Amino acid sequence: MSDANTSLYERLGGAAAVDLAVNNFYRKVLVDDRINAFFDGVDMERQAAKQKAFLTFVFGGPNNYTGLDMRKGHAHLVARGLNDSHFDAVVENLGATLHELGVSDADIAEVAALAETTRNDVLGR
Amino acid sequence: MTTLTFQGHDVPCDPDETVLKALERYGIAVPNSCRAGVCQSCLMRATQGTPPLSAQQGIKNTLAAQGYFLACMCKPTQDMALSLPDESAVQRVRATVVQRRYLNDDILLFQLLPDERFEYQAGQFLQIHRPDGLVRSYSIASVSQTDPFIDLHIRLLPNGNMTQWLHNEVTEGSTLEISGANGNCFYIEGNPNRKLLLVGTGSGLAPLWGVLRSALYAGHQGEIHLFHGSWNPKGLYLQQELNALAERYPQFYYHACVDAEAEYNHEIGRADSLAFRHIPDVTSWQVYLCGHPEMVKGAKRTAFLRGANLPDIYADPFVLSTSG
Repeated sequence: MSDANTSLYERLGGAAAVDLAVNNFYRKVLVDDRINAFFDGVDMERQAAKQKAFLTFVFGGPNNYTGLDMRKGHAHLVARGLNDSHFDAVVENLGATLHELGVSDADIAEVAALAETTRNDVLGR
Repeated sequence: MTTLTFQGHDVPCDPDETVLKALERYGIAVPNSCRAGVCQSCLMRATQGTPPLSAQQGIKNTLAAQGYFLACMCKPTQDMALSLPDESAVQRVRATVVQRRYLNDDILLFQLLPDERFEYQAGQFLQIHRPDGLVRSYSIASVSQTDPFIDLHIRLLPNGNMTQWLHNEVTEGSTLEISGANGNCFYIEGNPNRKLLLVGTGSGLAPLWGVLRSALYAGHQGEIHLFHGSWNPKGLYLQQELNALAERYPQFYYHACVDAEAEYNHEIGRADSLAFRHIPDVTSWQVYLCGHPEMVKGAKRTAFLRGANLPDIYADPFVLSTSG
């Protein structure tokens, strides 16, 4: 485990790290054939903004995450078949993005754990 | 469900419905054009109640502070009383049509001389207001620092209300009402060595021609590649001028792209496909995309995947409102 005195968000580099990660993360998601169909036709700027909010949350940064928003925001995708395998793919892309940015495995595990807390809301359960 | 009070009517607005749609459903017409939060034709003001921040994106801070918002983007979260913008909020300027001529079979050049100062950046867009209230937006092809007139390249659409009127009734010497300019598709100074990729189809060349010439005027040194595409050579225009610029400025490359009937100086294929074949990696490039909506959408995604950051990709929204 990392230094208990600094938050995960600070260790990762705060808002600047989110900005850096979001482009790479979004690119990975768009080229991943397991999940990219869910992103067809979306407004790219709006999507990037949402991903930024999501990354801030899973980095443990300041956020106004609500499970209800996450539920409402994904309901139309659940109706199109969004399931655990897609959620896992997103987490995998997130991990790969952070790995490339030199984030430690321990921190990536913490990020993944925070992402995990959104699973049931995203999948509407 | 919220209630909008406007001109003495109480208009119900369903959840997830925009102010513009609610008013139209009720039978009230307000000016609008792109319906995508870009052209600002549907600017309105909340005299009571607060519009969501998302409905105020892109409008001037001074207007946002007074409760102005875009009706096409506004899904109200509370009851609001509305008014149309004050004269001072949307300043219309009269402009004389100094010259009009065909650039190719269906694109007309209109050169306008405004009666008063009209500030713009090449590549931004302005609105033309027809006397009956119809409003359409057009990209600006001229460069304010060097050109005497405001140039618009207007493609004639067979069923286009505005373009038919412009074509049939607006002659040299006529006056038009214009407003604007808005939009962020323009050359940004301060980065003279950056590489620029400009991809356009049809009259999407207008803003790119403006961006290109303002870049060269500003002394841009980085490579500039312009891919202009059309189904066949008849759709291309300004070729002589573009070739002349390419000869004069070694950093500028002009690619004339056609799908059919290519001649020796054409490249065969869609403008965006050819662009990314020539330039597979656009990391740290500035990218401008204008023209056919499907092309713009696809090219935006490709540019992003090939390394460009989203804030560095400018897409001309105009051709998106195809109602002409």
